[in-house]
Amino acid sequence: MKNKTHVVIVGGGINGCGLAYNLAKKGVDVTLFEKNYLSSGATGSCGAGIRQQWSTHENAELSMKSVKIFEKLSNELGEDIDLRQGGYLIVIHDKEELLQSEKNVKMQKSLGIAVKIISKDEIIEIVPILNIKGMNAIAATFCPTDGHADPFKTTFAYANAARKYGANIFTHTTVIDIKTKNKQVSEVITDKKRIKTDFVVNAAGINSKEICKMVGIKIPSKAVRKEIMVTERIEPLFEAMVISFKDGIYFSQQKEGQIIGGIPIPEQKFGYKTDPTVSFLHHMSKTLTRYAPILKHINMLRHWTSFYDVSPDSRPILGETNDLKGFIHCHGFSGHGFMISPIVTKMLCEYIVEGKTSELLESLNLKRFKDKQIEHEMAVVG
Amino acid sequence: MIKKKTIVCRCEDLTLEDVENAIDAGYTDIEELRKKLRIGMGPCQGRVCIQLVQKILEKKTGKKVTIKNLPKARPPIIPVSLGILASDEK
Repeated sequence: MKNKTHVVIVGGGINGCGLAYNLAKKGVDVTLFEKNYLSSGATGSCGAGIRQQWSTHENAELSMKSVKIFEKLSNELGEDIDLRQGGYLIVIHDKEELLQSEKNVKMQKSLGIAVKIISKDEIIEIVPILNIKGMNAIAATFCPTDGHADPFKTTFAYANAARKYGANIFTHTTVIDIKTKNKQVSEVITDKKRIKTDFVVNAAGINSKEICKMVGIKIPSKAVRKEIMVTERIEPLFEAMVISFKDGIYFSQQKEGQIIGGIPIPEQKFGYKTDPTVSFLHHMSKTLTRYAPILKHINMLRHWTSFYDVSPDSRPILGETNDLKGFIHCHGFSGHGFMISPIVTKMLCEYIVEGKTSELLESLNLKRFKDKQIEHEMAVVG
Repeated sequence: MIKKKTIVCRCEDLTLEDVENAIDAGYTDIEELRKKLRIGMGPCQGRVCIQLVQKILEKKTGKKVTIKNLPKARPPIIPVSLGILASDEK
């Protein structure tokens, strides 16, 4: 390993690998450290969804721009990422939700997102296995260009393409300290070696807090435990991802035929415990079979736990702050890091290479939490 | 052994050739192999294939794959229908 690089990325998830690709493609000397294997954190445990239907302007814009990149990504990276655009169907249960949905749809449409409110009959046309009564649905919103992609394949494709452009990616390598000099990052120390650098990107997911601590920066994010399950493969029944903010449930059928989905557990707690719970399974299967009764005959195969890295307003924390030059934040994704990674990694690459910033990037800076008024993202699920 | 016809993972229909190709392509961590090929993600949950993959990987890379590095066993032990899981009967 060399003893000097321009950019060190901490974390080999979708955002770390995506940024390594974008930087390496521009000819930047980039080195990535992942303490476990690629996609071993939230990326490899996520629900794979790509959604543009958000309540805050920033999240809608980030995801809309990301979808445009996702659509061309298999070609760009030279590996299939299994993108399927079957749409997201968000169930509306009452008048209050309908009002919020109308507001969201209006904002999303103003950005150019093809979203609309659909009737109960249209819900059944799109996902025939749903039961309107069981869901207590009065309507839904639907965006046909939403969908899902394979998070493993996408991460590996980014990493492989990054390596082709000369990025150095080290797995099973833990960052243990970051040295600074005159309010500027200078060196990264891992359990194997040390390397001098001009930039450090913190893309360490729920471990971002520890990485920030190494340079004396406090971040207000919390690790929130989430559970998720997958069924056996069955013949294709539906293409859309179905979600409900009220019930917290989300589920979709993947390319191979398995149905994957999650729901908040009733006794949700903060913390790092990773044992899956029976109460999740009971709650999930009960809600899922209420939404789609026919699924009661399907076998559940596997069930696992992972974490959302949740910021106070459920929006990511991106960019540099004045306290420490060269230290780039790329965390706090709050459960939607995968779906916005294409544009996030592109924006951060432009910032690092050209010093280019934007209103959008500035609005996601860590310093926003110093102001009292922050706009909270309402459309969070799972 | 005919590598194209030797099935390593029955759930996902993966052959010895598929596994060796993935290792050659740089997927030398058993978890990365699993995620690349979906090996061990079918109804057997790795009970049939993971030990075979472990041996193939060790043979190809010359490095021992310790128990600690094997994919974590995740519940349930056998597939259970959503109808049974949703039931309130104890």
